[in-house]
Amino acid sequence: MHSAAQHLLEDAGEGYSRLVLSGQLTLAAIAPLERALKAIHAPVAAVDLAEVDEIDTVGAWVVCRFARRHEADITGASPEAERLLAAMRDIDAAGDTHPHRLPVWERLPLAVGERVFVARGGIYGVVAFFGQILIAAGNLIRRPRRFPFKALVHQMELVGVTALPIIGLMSFLIGIVIAQQGSVQLQQFGAEALTVNLVGRITLRELGVLMTAIMVAGRSGSAFAAQLGTMKLTEEIDAMRTIGISPIEVLVIPRILAATFMMILLGFFAALMAIIGGAVVGQVALGIPFFTFLLRIQEVVPVHDLWVGLVKAPVFGLIVALAGCYHGMQVHGNSEEVGRRTTMAVVSAIFAVIVLDAFFAVFFTEIGWG
Amino acid sequence: MKMNAHPDDEKPVIEVQGLVNTFGDFNVHDGLDLTVRRGEILGVVGGSGTGKSVLMRSIIGLQQPSAGRIDVLGRCITESDLEQGIGVRRRWGILFQGGALFSTLTVGENVEVPLKKYYPELDPEFRAEIARYKVMLTGLPESAVQKYPSELSGGMKKRAGLARALALDPELLFLDEPTAGLDPIGAAKFDRLTRELKETMGLTVFLITHDLDTLYEICDRVAVIAEKKIIAVGTIPELIATKHPWIEEYFNGPRGRSAHATHLHGEQA
Repeated sequence: MHSAAQHLLEDAGEGYSRLVLSGQLTLAAIAPLERALKAIHAPVAAVDLAEVDEIDTVGAWVVCRFARRHEADITGASPEAERLLAAMRDIDAAGDTHPHRLPVWERLPLAVGERVFVARGGIYGVVAFFGQILIAAGNLIRRPRRFPFKALVHQMELVGVTALPIIGLMSFLIGIVIAQQGSVQLQQFGAEALTVNLVGRITLRELGVLMTAIMVAGRSGSAFAAQLGTMKLTEEIDAMRTIGISPIEVLVIPRILAATFMMILLGFFAALMAIIGGAVVGQVALGIPFFTFLLRIQEVVPVHDLWVGLVKAPVFGLIVALAGCYHGMQVHGNSEEVGRRTTMAVVSAIFAVIVLDAFFAVFFTEIGWG
Repeated sequence: MKMNAHPDDEKPVIEVQGLVNTFGDFNVHDGLDLTVRRGEILGVVGGSGTGKSVLMRSIIGLQQPSAGRIDVLGRCITESDLEQGIGVRRRWGILFQGGALFSTLTVGENVEVPLKKYYPELDPEFRAEIARYKVMLTGLPESAVQKYPSELSGGMKKRAGLARALALDPELLFLDEPTAGLDPIGAAKFDRLTRELKETMGLTVFLITHDLDTLYEICDRVAVIAEKKIIAVGTIPELIATKHPWIEEYFNGPRGRSAHATHLHGEQA
């Protein structure tokens, strides 16, 4: 029963031959026959199917294509085979299924050009999105009863409260590393007591807020993009719009406010945990008692260092949330887009945070808060 | 398609015996029996939530039943898990309700997926060609081959899903509500297509539907799920003769009667 597909060329006179097919003309057995038939270039007058045991649409397709190419007749087909052949006869499918690809030298400039236009569109898009948020915020201020308090509290919990363990642990460890590595260097000048200044100032001014912003971008910015993106795909956001609910008001604003406020608290919390980490190193490795370390912080860290951190935190939170929500709302088409936009949200948020941090560093030094 | 009689031909294609499916405390099926014969189109009907889709998922091995035995194409599904190559999967094709096309692949590439998986020895060109004619066989235009699912309408997605289900020239085809969400003209065309493909390719079709026109036009037999079991199987006149209240209401309700009238009218013409 399971005989492979066989072919035989018989002489049919006048320089023509007759192709006799036998065995199984099915998908499972057709591959060698298909290659062999492609190689036949001699004129063939007829294709005989009388010996065929089994045929499916693939077999019928191969026979039909061969017969068409050679303008040959098909003979000896059983009623079932005849039905399959009739179904295949009208179909002309010679191309391929993959998207059309240009050669590299055309694709490269095309890709560059497209990127430029996409970048321009992205800038317009972000500005427009920020504008939409401002309009929605204005509407909410005028009608405060519409304000989505529940969603805001829920988002604050997700962005802030549930992030406490991971951010606490991360900052504590960063505090330990700074104190330990810093003290090794400062010991060379006999100035290990300055470890306190190092830990206090760098965590309150820079690292507490910066590391927290990166963590929030990874935790919450990505979640915003993925949630909103999925809602776009399932048409939830369109459904909201048709009911007359603004998705910006109920989805975007709570997320942005939550991230902005919670970043202030998380940034401060991160700095505290880092200082505690430093104090632990002080106690264990440097001979500075734990509470003495904390009291010295008060003396050596100027208050404006705290303000620097607290000013930067909400700005970073705003940027992270804006990137997450913007990319989420830009999703359209397929599920791959959700993943792509989520990645873009995190990457662009972290990049923007670091660029702005550099700007802030220069700015605060210039205004005398060095 | 087999040309000469095969000993398997007389055996049922699907045999479900004593199927029990439990979700939490709730029994969806309790001792359900069903037989699908070779070469027939069997329609499965039942109210919402009676477990039509669960039945189909059990038969194709996506849902492990709590008890019972299911044989498909002579193999026992319930004793082997889906990940094992149980050999029957290349002999069936499944059209899910929404088409379930892979959204990151073009329609043609979607059809190529099962071909690549089971017949890697095919030349890529030939494989693409097979995919292309399968797509056109389901009545889609040639241009649809290179489109992504997101660029297709609902009806086109169903046809593309059908092309993927037919990729391996299956003996057995599962259709989950094939005409749901199609306009009446599209639904009638899809019914005709199912019938034509069944006849040309010698398919056995397991079809879940709510569409009374589909039942009248193309189903050889209809199975009714109610009370956690198949309460009746047969042709529509046979079902009506059982006098079961739900079946009576189903076929003699206003929609049932108009579908019947359309069917009779179609036969006269």
